[in-house]
Amino acid sequence: MNLASPSPAALGQPALVASGIAHEFRDRNGRTVRALDGIDVALQRGDFFSVIGPSGCGKSTLMEILAGLVAPTEGRLEFEGVPVAGRVPDGIGVVFQEDASFPWLTVADNVAFGLRRARAAPDEIARRVDYALRFMGLRDFAKHHPAQLSGGMRQRVCIARTLVQQPRLILMDEPFAALDQQTRLVMGDELLRLWRETGATVVLITHSLDEAAMLSDRIGVMSGRPGRFIETLDTGHPRDRDSRILGDPRCAELTAAMWAHLRDSSLHAIEAANA
Amino acid sequence: MNAVAWTRVAVIVGFVALIEALCRFGAIKPFTLIAPSAMAVSLVALLQKPDVRADLLFTGVNVAITVAISVAGGFAAGVLLHRFARARRVVSPLLAASYAVPMFVFYPVMIVLFGLGRWSLIAIGVMLGIVGMIVNTIDGLDRVPRVYTKTAAMQRMSPLATTLLVVLPAATPHLVTGVKLAVTYSITGVIAGEFILSVAGLGRAIALAYNNLDNAAMYGLLLVLLIATTAINVAIHAWESRMHRIWGQA
Amino acid sequence: MGKPDAPDLGAGVIAARRWMPLVDSAIFVLLILVGWQLLFVRVGNDGFASPGETIGRLATLAFNAGFWNNVEATAVAFAWACVFAIGGGLVVGLLLGASRFAGEVADPILNALASLPKITLYPVILLFFGLGLQAKVAFGTIHGIFPVIIMTMNGVRTIKPVVRKTARVLRLSLWETMRTVLLPAALPEIFSGVRVGIALALLGTLIGELFASDRGIGFLLMSYVNRQDGAGVIALTVVLFAVAVTIGSALLALDARLHHR
Repeated sequence: MNLASPSPAALGQPALVASGIAHEFRDRNGRTVRALDGIDVALQRGDFFSVIGPSGCGKSTLMEILAGLVAPTEGRLEFEGVPVAGRVPDGIGVVFQEDASFPWLTVADNVAFGLRRARAAPDEIARRVDYALRFMGLRDFAKHHPAQLSGGMRQRVCIARTLVQQPRLILMDEPFAALDQQTRLVMGDELLRLWRETGATVVLITHSLDEAAMLSDRIGVMSGRPGRFIETLDTGHPRDRDSRILGDPRCAELTAAMWAHLRDSSLHAIEAANA
Repeated sequence: MNAVAWTRVAVIVGFVALIEALCRFGAIKPFTLIAPSAMAVSLVALLQKPDVRADLLFTGVNVAITVAISVAGGFAAGVLLHRFARARRVVSPLLAASYAVPMFVFYPVMIVLFGLGRWSLIAIGVMLGIVGMIVNTIDGLDRVPRVYTKTAAMQRMSPLATTLLVVLPAATPHLVTGVKLAVTYSITGVIAGEFILSVAGLGRAIALAYNNLDNAAMYGLLLVLLIATTAINVAIHAWESRMHRIWGQA
Repeated sequence: MGKPDAPDLGAGVIAARRWMPLVDSAIFVLLILVGWQLLFVRVGNDGFASPGETIGRLATLAFNAGFWNNVEATAVAFAWACVFAIGGGLVVGLLLGASRFAGEVADPILNALASLPKITLYPVILLFFGLGLQAKVAFGTIHGIFPVIIMTMNGVRTIKPVVRKTARVLRLSLWETMRTVLLPAALPEIFSGVRVGIALALLGTLIGELFASDRGIGFLLMSYVNRQDGAGVIALTVVLFAVAVTIGSALLALDARLHHR
């Protein structure tokens, strides 16, 4: 078995369409903050899209909007042709930046959590959990508790929990931020493997230029707050890539292109933070 | 058992042996404190007496009811205060300062409201025990990481399911601390009440023995109290430790 | 980028937001007073008093020299209890914190003693110290010392190793390390313990005065209870509560400042 979802939408069909997404909220002093300012993106099923931008540019807000957790104050969002408005649609999985593994459950119970909520049949749950654990290299730790694992392993538990439900859209908010560079590259390879296996659309939020350059089909470069896409880069990578593509000249070009846009806004963000 | 555990046992045994020696050699007068061995002998004799057993049962039931009300009521109040931030802001200083109110001054009020029986004791016990549970419930709910509730939202869980399956388990370590405090203060409130109001129970028995200068009986009863509360606290602590192990002290 | 934030809300709305907590507190106090009056209607003067009677009594007490003598007696005993609870607690806590082995041995014992209802020790203290100042101070000390020991011990134990390593890299002497690195590092936790210790020491002193003294606020309280002087009982309770809130808030503010650096 594999983890590809049984949806009729094959690769290439429209998956996620966002037009004119903007978002404002009131901060605690009552002032209005414009976090996002006109985001447009159209993803097809099976695309790997990275979002990169300086700190505080609204990347995480964007992800929560795409997930259906938050309704944007302006703009339209459609997932597989159906409008999304502040309710989480079926078929979307999210991996958050913070460790979301539940400390009171074993690794296996963590992974099975979503399936149990969805009232899947017990033997189906057992089969899918087993497969997901093996896929993510967690088989030996099934009976452990997250506290006994390293940060990277715990993030794998979160990923396993997400993919066991066969999501058609996977959103990841800097999932590897807490890991060291080499572990990140290894996890990047696993992510690519997962992506090919499930045939899902992936949106990856990152602030690592390497990650964006190496993993994506397209990269959205965001400006500082209020965030919008200053540019969208096409990587042109083949589908069966892995982390060794890092040495490809194309990656250096992409990194240079991203940094040309981001350098100023990153410096600006640091100054603003210290103001 | 490792070196730490052995040392601990040695410290406790050594301390008891020291007291025993000081008593036996007259450095501590029996008027003040009787030897631990004599306490143990007295305890065994007391436990044979039906009226002592009746007193213990009376107290035990009081404590159990008090703990149940403190924990349930404290939890409910904590949940409500956590939910309604305005109420919480106003009530917080009251909760923080409640330790200093000598609750026993309300015994006469409780007697008028509940009569001269176990319920006035339970009322005071609840007044003492409920605060720790409220504060820790609020604290525990505060500390549930937002990413857990977001995860529940991604699973499209109902608010009830989120509360039962995610929020409450996440808050459990703090809830256990609240229960621990509720137990300690419930015991204090009930025993002190029995001591002062002389209704029935272990507290009254201790007061009688004290007033009659019957040190043997008094220390025997105090030993019962000591053993009972230590046993309960050790049990709760074991529960806490198991949770810390699984959670990795998170 | 470059679009300015939307204009601020009207000054009126922001000002209203600042008054809200005061209004809430006022409503709360009102609710308490109403509840109090209703309870009085139900219970009567049997060890209780109405808000009005209480205020009258408070005014009388404020001008009563005897009342202030008792306040002084309590204050003296409380001060001594704090000295022993904090002093003794710091010493024991620092020692146990410094030695990993001693700390591990002592941890469950301390927790068991701290969870023990202190009433189990009252008869022992009374028999040891008799009645008077020493017994009161002893009561206050046994209540206040445990939080200080436990939290001082934890504060020292949980100093991050990188902090100690930094001191070594800077080649500080032992005394300088303790003074400029270890003590400031552990201070927030130590102060939290001191804060709780002070609060409990006050409670312990009052309880001691109930049983073991012929002066002090606790003693005064007990005499009012015995004389069925409901107004006196409630008035004193209000005074104690006000003192506790004041001391508690001041200590909490200090605590917050220490924890936010």
